[in-house]
Amino acid sequence: MGYGDPAGMAIAHAQAAGMGGVRTTGDLVARMMMQKKMRLPEAKKYVAEKLGIKENEMWKMTDEIFMGEKRVELGLGGVYGGQGAKAKGIETKINISRLLDLEINCVEKFKKFSGIEF
Amino acid sequence: MLTRMGDASMVEMSYDEIVADVNAANEETSKKAKCPMLSKGDMDALIDIICNPSEFVSVKRGNEVCLTYDGPCSKFIRMGVELNRGQAVQVYENALMADTSELSSVQYSFKLQNTYYPEEQGAAKQILHNTTLPVVYGAMPNMSLYAKPDGPFENPAELLPQGKVKEAQEAQEQAAAMMRDNLVFCAKHMSEIGLDGIDFDTAASAGDAEFLGCLEAIEEIKRLYPDLSVLIGMSGEFVLGMHGRVKYKGKRLAGMWCYDQALACAEAGADVFGAVVNVNCSKSFAWNLTKAVQLYKYTGEVSPIPVFGNVGMGVGGVPMSDIPPRDCVSRVSTALAEIAKLDGL
Repeated sequence: MGYGDPAGMAIAHAQAAGMGGVRTTGDLVARMMMQKKMRLPEAKKYVAEKLGIKENEMWKMTDEIFMGEKRVELGLGGVYGGQGAKAKGIETKINISRLLDLEINCVEKFKKFSGIEF
Repeated sequence: MLTRMGDASMVEMSYDEIVADVNAANEETSKKAKCPMLSKGDMDALIDIICNPSEFVSVKRGNEVCLTYDGPCSKFIRMGVELNRGQAVQVYENALMADTSELSSVQYSFKLQNTYYPEEQGAAKQILHNTTLPVVYGAMPNMSLYAKPDGPFENPAELLPQGKVKEAQEAQEQAAAMMRDNLVFCAKHMSEIGLDGIDFDTAASAGDAEFLGCLEAIEEIKRLYPDLSVLIGMSGEFVLGMHGRVKYKGKRLAGMWCYDQALACAEAGADVFGAVVNVNCSKSFAWNLTKAVQLYKYTGEVSPIPVFGNVGMGVGGVPMSDIPPRDCVSRVSTALAEIAKLDGL
């Protein structure tokens, strides 16, 4: 989305039709579309399978309560900094790359420049 | 009932007038753009969304889509709130439910940003370490900046009125080649710092020669830096024929509608295609939204790669106002997610 103040544009679109970002699974689904050219239904299904969400429970993909807890459990980050968030930032992306079997560019660079292998 | 025009002004229309506008848009768009008409089921669903008495309308559970943002780093600065770019991306991630984000500069053109790419890399590194969501680097290809007085090449906008068509075409070809090299140069540096992708915003704004330059850049970027996703957001529902004769893989680019633009971008190797449908300020919101749903839906059906609909000010049915009215914005989101079945916005 382009020009427009955040309240009228970003917030309105997100509340009307958004996946929910790191509150739920939006960032995970977006990664599958951007990196593997998956269309939306395929990307949602892929992420759901990796999270152990059954076909008849797809509502969990955008449920903040279920995914809020799941993300903390799996070290996938969330909106809070402290409060038991565990992983944050690059740490979450390392966990995301493992969960989704994805090579995330900044994770690969982190490995390369730190000399840490995992 | 209260609704709006394409310029966001409030207008009172009866239910029958709204239905008439939806029907008119459906027919006109099908005729002009040579795309299928919306089915009766789609039209009924669309009318329900437009005429919903609530101020804010949203999708049914399960129909949510992913969101991307052009130039998010500038949004707060534009409002006089001096957030630095890292903070702006974190606000989008933690407070605005963003699924993706973008590092961008106020100088939102690739030609300018290539002179200070080290600073962009510095900002990118901090953002990548502090955030979870995918982050791309965004700017406009903006081929016009390569013409005099801003660039080295002759200006086609001055040559064409003089009847110097051949000279104007040559100037555009030269500008497109330099623009293409700049896009690849930027991609190299954004790939090496670890960004998730690169976003060409308002591609083909200067016409078909610019579009060709972008397509050739995408081919080169995907060959050299396969770790970088390429998102391309267009600038118009059809490509302006400022050159008139350039082709990509045998297909003429001038006059290409959004559904064919998607196919060309997919062929070049793009990962996500950002379709555009322009708003007509003299028509009603209902008319504009019908046109957007129709064209975005068809584009999504033919495209082999994800299609994200552009829904900023003046595109995708969103009225032309820098303070977007949430009644229209929410209806646009809902219609494009549920009826056009887009992969994202």
